[in-house]
Amino acid sequence: MPERSQNDRTMIEISHVTRSYGAFKALDDASLVIREGEFFSLLGPSGCGKTTLLRMIAGFDNPTSGTIAVDGQPMAGIPANRRPTNMVFQSYAIFPHLNVEQNVAYGLRRLRLGAAEEKRRVEEALAQVSLTGLGKRGAHELSGGQRQRVALARALVMRPKVLLLDEPLSALDKKLREQMQVELRRLQQAVGITFILVTHDQYEALAMSDRIAVMFGGRIAQVASPKEIYQRPVNRQVADFLGGMNFVKAEIVEENGSSLVVDTLGFGRVKTEKPKAFVRNGGGATLGIRPERLRVLWDDASSKFEVAGRVIERHYFGEITHLIVEIPGLEKPLSVTETNDFGADDIPVGAPIRLAYDPDALVALAD
Amino acid sequence: MTAIRNILSRWLPAYALLYVVFLYLPVVFLPIFSVNTSPSPKFPLAELTLQWYRDLPNTPALIDATRNSLMVGIAAALLSTILGICAARAITRYRFPGRRAINGLIMAPLVLPEIILAVSMLLVMLQLGLELSLVTVVFGHVLVCIPYSLSVLTSGFEGFDRSLEEASADLGETAFGTFRRVTLPMVAPAIISSLLVCFTISLDEFIIAFFLTGTEPTLPIYIWGQLRFASKLPGVLALGTLLLVGSFLLLTVAELLRRRAARRTQNAGGAFA
Ligand SMILES: Nc1ncnc2c1ncn2[C@@H]1O[C@H](COP(=O)(O)OP(=O)(O)OP(=O)(O)O)[C@@H](O)[C@H]1O
Ligand SMILES: [Mg+2]
Repeated sequence: MPERSQNDRTMIEISHVTRSYGAFKALDDASLVIREGEFFSLLGPSGCGKTTLLRMIAGFDNPTSGTIAVDGQPMAGIPANRRPTNMVFQSYAIFPHLNVEQNVAYGLRRLRLGAAEEKRRVEEALAQVSLTGLGKRGAHELSGGQRQRVALARALVMRPKVLLLDEPLSALDKKLREQMQVELRRLQQAVGITFILVTHDQYEALAMSDRIAVMFGGRIAQVASPKEIYQRPVNRQVADFLGGMNFVKAEIVEENGSSLVVDTLGFGRVKTEKPKAFVRNGGGATLGIRPERLRVLWDDASSKFEVAGRVIERHYFGEITHLIVEIPGLEKPLSVTETNDFGADDIPVGAPIRLAYDPDALVALAD
Repeated sequence: MTAIRNILSRWLPAYALLYVVFLYLPVVFLPIFSVNTSPSPKFPLAELTLQWYRDLPNTPALIDATRNSLMVGIAAALLSTILGICAARAITRYRFPGRRAINGLIMAPLVLPEIILAVSMLLVMLQLGLELSLVTVVFGHVLVCIPYSLSVLTSGFEGFDRSLEEASADLGETAFGTFRRVTLPMVAPAIISSLLVCFTISLDEFIIAFFLTGTEPTLPIYIWGQLRFASKLPGVLALGTLLLVGSFLLLTVAELLRRRAARRTQNAGGAFA
């Protein structure tokens, strides 16, 4: 997919937004800037406050404190029906007493465009979501995927500045979900509208977004591009939530402004970039390395950076094999994923093994 | 066991048939005797006639009673449906402590003996110093209608997805516009159905009306008064037949509307199923 040129104009500015229910804070001092034309995802486990934040942007709920601005305009006191945002609901919220066309035209009615223009825009929106010809279908005569498209068309036809999507794909089966991920991304690039997607599926967020905000317990832990979130998570929680990560205990030898030199038992002395959120807590630190960044060294191949150990478990997953390797000195065995091209699926349990790694793949993590 | 089951399976249809005959035969007699020339309800029928029906509009007392009944029926239907809407919306929309208890209390008049209800209402009205009139009858009827109204309305409102109203607001519609374009069309069938059911109940209700009315009779009270005169019986039968047919039609329409409303709102959440 070609990278669309993106400008740096701010579309949404969320500053110090807190939403409390009594003593409980569903959202705790969240600050965020979302750019125009960006595909932005809010990612986090269930109950972390994603929907709460999205509903406050849409105007269904108000911050206890803090401000939200859309396109430079403060949203305080502006009701949902006068905001330049539209939402695709998790339940789709298709009006059951209207057919597809009437659903899509629902919001246009108030704009008084005239019958011809209204019809043209409805047709255009239906074409955008590949529903041409289904305009006369009743709301009950649609499959889950089609309902999702109607909800999308109904919001897009309004040409909002921001489209909000609350877990739009979670009700679909796996295959349809993957197909819709691609389509949604393509659609966003075609229309150029700022999309904010709420999801708890890390692969969905990684595959679709320009940038991701990872949230835990009402707080925003990290905002970055998918690649950076995956490769340079700021803390153990983020690292753990986005796929598997091996954690290695380390001793800090040297700390300065941007880098960290640590000693580990398995990987020796390593120099890494210091994460922004890093707070020194005694002399210890944690290093992380993704399972796929460890590669099996066959026969007499060697690498400048390697660790040696013993295979204690092997799990077969078709195109890859998952090995659990015990390394002397490390308190926890390492997870390794290796493609099966060279026979990783045939390595016997108990066999000695050597693993190569790139020291850049070792990242220091805040706790 | 199997022996008993055999006997049961053989005789059950017969029992069911007998039951239905016993339940509905008297009802069938009403229209049959209402077209009989002889004033006494006996077989064999003398001759067929529509004379009794023709006489109905020429009875001023009957016209008055009909007008009273219509007024009471419409007022009771409107009041109990409005109250029912409030209760049904609260019960289906919000989760609050005592929700079940309140629901139970509202439904209670369904199982209380009507005569007890009527006597206690009479006592209360007199205590409050209210003069007995059609207004007091309306109050009494509202009490017995609300349980029906509530059950019709809750089945219509249940499953009404809150996000439909939010979606409407999100698409730029005002609160009033949302009510008109989304809420009302979706719950209208249930509301009309509740109005029809309440109207029918009020129209046919005798005991409470008998205790709470002053000098103005409703139709059932008028009918009861006429029964003292043997010669008036055919007219009563004709009137009864009309009431029967009217009630049956209204209730059928009401049930069709209720089902339509329930189907509509339930399908709104179909994406989850
Ligand atoms: N009306 C409310 N009253 C009290 N607590 C609430 C209310 N709405 C939400 N919460 C709480 O706020 C927290 C965040 O809720 P939110 O719906 O934003 O989570 P989420 O991240 O969208 O989760 P999910 O992935 O399950 O949808 C939850 O712990 C929830 O219980
Ligand atoms: Mg949510």
